[in-house]
Amino acid sequence: MTESTDVALPQQAKPIATRQGMWTSGTGDTSGYGGIVRAVALPAGSEPPFGSWYDAAIARLEELVPGAVGKAVFDRGELTIYIPREKLVDAVKALRDDSQLRFECCMSVSGVHYPELAGAELHVVYHLQSMTHNRRLRLEVAAPESDPHVPSVVATYPAADWHEREAWDMFGIIFDSHPHLTRILMPDDWVGHPQRKDYPLGGIPIEFKGAVVPPVDERRSYR
Amino acid sequence: MSQTTAAEPDYDLYAASGDPEATAYTAAGPGDFDAIAKAQAERGDEILVINMGPQHPSTHGVLRLMVECDGETVLSVRPGIGFLHTGIEKNMEYRTWNQGTAFVTRCDYVAPIFNEAAYCFAVERLLGIEDQIPQRAKDIRVLFMELCRIASHLVAVGTGGMEIGALTVMTIGFREREMILDFFEAVTGLRMNHAYFRPGGVANDLPDDGIAQLRDVIKWLESHLPEYAAFCNENPIFKGRMCGIAYQDLTACMALGVTGPILRAAGYGWDLRKQQPYCGYEDYDFEVVTWDTCDAYGRFRVRLAEMWESLKIVKQAADRLEASYGQPVMVADEKIGSPSDLVVGPDGQGNSFDHVKHIMSQSMEGLIHHFKKVSEGFRVPAGQAYVPIESPKGEIGCHVVSDGGAKPWRVHLRDPGFNHLQSAPLQCEGGMLADIVVALGSIDPVMGGVDR
Repeated sequence: MTESTDVALPQQAKPIATRQGMWTSGTGDTSGYGGIVRAVALPAGSEPPFGSWYDAAIARLEELVPGAVGKAVFDRGELTIYIPREKLVDAVKALRDDSQLRFECCMSVSGVHYPELAGAELHVVYHLQSMTHNRRLRLEVAAPESDPHVPSVVATYPAADWHEREAWDMFGIIFDSHPHLTRILMPDDWVGHPQRKDYPLGGIPIEFKGAVVPPVDERRSYR
Repeated sequence: MSQTTAAEPDYDLYAASGDPEATAYTAAGPGDFDAIAKAQAERGDEILVINMGPQHPSTHGVLRLMVECDGETVLSVRPGIGFLHTGIEKNMEYRTWNQGTAFVTRCDYVAPIFNEAAYCFAVERLLGIEDQIPQRAKDIRVLFMELCRIASHLVAVGTGGMEIGALTVMTIGFREREMILDFFEAVTGLRMNHAYFRPGGVANDLPDDGIAQLRDVIKWLESHLPEYAAFCNENPIFKGRMCGIAYQDLTACMALGVTGPILRAAGYGWDLRKQQPYCGYEDYDFEVVTWDTCDAYGRFRVRLAEMWESLKIVKQAADRLEASYGQPVMVADEKIGSPSDLVVGPDGQGNSFDHVKHIMSQSMEGLIHHFKKVSEGFRVPAGQAYVPIESPKGEIGCHVVSDGGAKPWRVHLRDPGFNHLQSAPLQCEGGMLADIVVALGSIDPVMGGVDR
């Protein structure tokens, strides 16, 4: 991992996508709404304090690993903590080992690609489970496409092994110090990372009774 | 640096961004079968390298295992997956929210209802309509999930038995499962891959004779479920193959994020239906089953007892559905409740005759709304949600991200089989070659869900 520490975390005002019109681009927009331009941002969530155990847990994590809590978002009953990637390893170790936090299991790791989020295009989302306290927590880490490195949490959560391999395979996120970061779902010699937004879905035009139906990702559809 | 030629670039194609200094991450390097075999040839010892699968009957689909053996003792096991990867998650990003259920249901095809449930619950959380789901829809969902749990456990117990030579357990297991699938077919039109749960409720209500048919299924299961205990529980061959095999204790379960019957067979009664109730499970009376042997036999006994607990829930749901006959099964919001008015006819599922009559000859607006619902669907406010539920195999979770559009931005299914297969080496290494099959059967992975 390179030493750049100023990975931009998503701000409320920063749109993840800008949409024009009603239909997918490249198709003539006859809907009458072709001029509408809308910026889409992920919700900022409610204002702290969030109540329940959430505030204490955030404060405890910040106390154990200063600088770990980049931002905390509480939305739809789920708490997300955005963590700068250089703090991730210490943060998950604290989250697992501290008796007040005690998130024993990392249930899921998934990548998300936001191509319009300059400097933080690739996100890794971890879902932690505390069985001791019966709590759930989401961690989110961002990395730019030009430097897609995120430290691996396998040393703390062995269960994340295959999940991180999948995120590498599908999104090209490199998990530093992962024990064996290889493709897991795609063939070994596959080129590219299929679940990135700029990777086409594929498919061929289908001719049906003389008319040609384009493949799904080239078809006009509502966005 | 060597000269770059068109045929052979001087950097590794698979290294990040074509950077010659970057580390290449390929399984074709260390770790693949060729490398294992070559290393063995160089050592010249008696270690056998066996490639088990992907087309092996006891790998539950297309799982490949690279096994190193010293005689009959397993030295190492490396699972290779991805042979059934169908790009379901990617495909869903190009379809409407409603069409998503038809994709997720094809993941874990032995327990399709749970894929649909996790996805629909996540979409409902994003829509903020979790409180508006009608009670009858919730009860139908519980009924379907529990019947599906029994069907999935029957496959796990049946195929697990078949692989160690207890063929009868498989034949009777599929007999019982067929009764459940017949009921599913009567309600949804399909035996599997139902796409029956939709965001907001379920696609259609039970048919008029649905409860009567359900009572028959319950009666059938009550009279036939005891056979498994009679055949297996004290069967010396069965116990000889299962007891003490595929040992995984609580510590290992915690480290590897293992849930479901494997965790409960290690003595920890963790069940999301009790711990984090959803879909009204808190109103049902049932017990969480545990066993304390941490082995394949314990997992078998947990599954067996869970079928009875599920049957208890099915009976309670049947009583409630009898009482709530005629109440809505889809959220009241007309914008979300689509496609409208589906029924199962003699030729499969489709729009009801009354609905077609209404939109074709009575209401122009009705036709427009129908068209918009089917072609455009509904929009989901931007945000993300992760909803975990208790599938027969453990925690299945759905992570859904929306950008506020008519299609999902990202859908990720956390399948228990994908996670649990990581513990196959831990359960198998140091044991006997033949016990790999027992261990796999007790993990109960379904490759459709593992590879998605």
